[in-house]
Amino acid sequence: MDFPFENRCFEAQEKLSRPELRELQAHRLRELVGRVANVPFYKDAFAKAGVNASTIRSADDIRRLPFTTKEDLRQHYPLGFLAVPREQIARIHGSSGTTGKPTFVAYTTQDVDTWASLCARFLVAGGLRPEHTVHIAFGYGLFTGGFGLHYGVEKVGAAVVPASSGNTPRQIMLIQDLASQVLICTPSYALTIADCAKQKGINPRDLPLEFAHLGGEPWTEDMRHQIEKELGILAFNNYGLSEVIGPGVSGECVARTGMHIQEDHFLVECVNPDTLEPVKMGERGELVFTSLTKQAMPIIRYRTRDIAALDDSPCPCGRTTCRMGRVVGRTDDMLIIRGVNVFPSQIEEALLRVDGTAPHYMIEVDRPGTLDTVTVRVEMTPKFFSDSMSEMQALHDRIDREIHSVTGLRMSVELVDPQSIERFVGKAKRVIDRRREKGLI
Amino acid sequence: MKLNQLSVFLENKPGRLSHPCQILADAGINILTLSLADTHQFGILRLIVRDWQTARDVLAKAGAVVKVTEVVAVEVADKPGGLAHILETLEQLKVNIEYMYAFTFRSQDKAVLVFRFEDPDTAITMLQGKGVSVIDGVELYNRVEKGA
Repeated sequence: MDFPFENRCFEAQEKLSRPELRELQAHRLRELVGRVANVPFYKDAFAKAGVNASTIRSADDIRRLPFTTKEDLRQHYPLGFLAVPREQIARIHGSSGTTGKPTFVAYTTQDVDTWASLCARFLVAGGLRPEHTVHIAFGYGLFTGGFGLHYGVEKVGAAVVPASSGNTPRQIMLIQDLASQVLICTPSYALTIADCAKQKGINPRDLPLEFAHLGGEPWTEDMRHQIEKELGILAFNNYGLSEVIGPGVSGECVARTGMHIQEDHFLVECVNPDTLEPVKMGERGELVFTSLTKQAMPIIRYRTRDIAALDDSPCPCGRTTCRMGRVVGRTDDMLIIRGVNVFPSQIEEALLRVDGTAPHYMIEVDRPGTLDTVTVRVEMTPKFFSDSMSEMQALHDRIDREIHSVTGLRMSVELVDPQSIERFVGKAKRVIDRRREKGLI
Repeated sequence: MKLNQLSVFLENKPGRLSHPCQILADAGINILTLSLADTHQFGILRLIVRDWQTARDVLAKAGAVVKVTEVVAVEVADKPGGLAHILETLEQLKVNIEYMYAFTFRSQDKAVLVFRFEDPDTAITMLQGKGVSVIDGVELYNRVEKGA
């Protein structure tokens, strides 16, 4: 396979043989179970599940341990999950918490160092070299994105421009003047930078950027193409969540066929969110992570609510770790329609295929008789609109076809007036489920 | 020789047609003619107005999706066979019509047909070659005002 740049590994552990890796995981799992013995939550949870920690021997024994949920973390606010004395804590971060208080996570000095190495791994896999200058446009604060990537870049030995978030024209000036080759931010912010550059009369392709490492929110393959085309760069996906460690849980390599999960530090499972039984390899399910090496606040079988598929086929890059596909949705917004799992993000993907920009849309699910019906309302935009009825019908049919090809389901498409779909501040509400209102589900 | 037509997207719901018309009325813009194409779910309102730039701006500002399209206005005798003759000519020339609509002037014996062609420039040249009277915006607006 031809790669666009040299296929480098930051650490040799990324290429352990599978038996070596499984043995290391088993060893680390046994240590972990010992470390959490004094955390009241785990003590109770193990007792309730009837698990004797000393009987946990192999990595597969993970399935005998109880799950941990976001709600469990909330109930032990602020730092009830600490597994080390408070004085050993070197850092506290937190997740945004859209409602109420944030969820805090803690790190020892060793944890911060592990975190930095994990970020360095995916950065190097995605082209970062010590001679690069890296522009970090993630917020520096409680959010793990800014600091995690910052330490990762330092670990690689590259130069960091800690621009943080906001003031896009200034970000563009910094990228230009400091000749940064690498951009780190969310995928949507990469597009904001491209748009803002155009408004200032700068061709975004003329910026010195060559690579972007994007994460912090779900995005699509179409969006990657758009970002790469507009900025003239290679864009890499990475994944992480603060409860597990932050960014660095997984990231893409040069082959870009999924994100390599750092399995020597995290045990991954992919389960059916309803039955909690493992799904078949390659099938989509809820990702569940166990942090094997974290000291300050280890987590066991954390239900991420993120839906993705795992892939254990060999990767051309030579890393032996299992890969995860893009996060296609959250268990919170998964819809089951006529027995098929559908995510609002799939509708967005279909709309992106039609025009490259997704207009505002709303999905309405109902069950008027015995069968579920789905109506997708799509707001008309100047780009979509034509004065020709045949072109408008063709547009309608094309949206219809793309939705069918992405979801496998027929949905009724309605083209509606601009601004007629309600706007929400913050996270968009994309679904109205009449079945729930009627008490049918 | 071309005319700028405004097209407005309408959801097919009660009151949706009056909305753009009211916006134009409030801006003091007179609609010379209009045509409406619709399905059970949505429609396209096509408008000819004199000050199309202002009309486009006020509609867009009010949140409407507006598109400007070049159409061709053809003058014919307002008598039986006037339209049939033009259509026959177009058929001979093998020019495809996307859509068309007509309007007449009071106290005049002429009617104006508005055509949307895929390639308006070629259509104009061909029609003029056949002696058809293609009229531009200024001429059209003058006639409407004289006729009124």
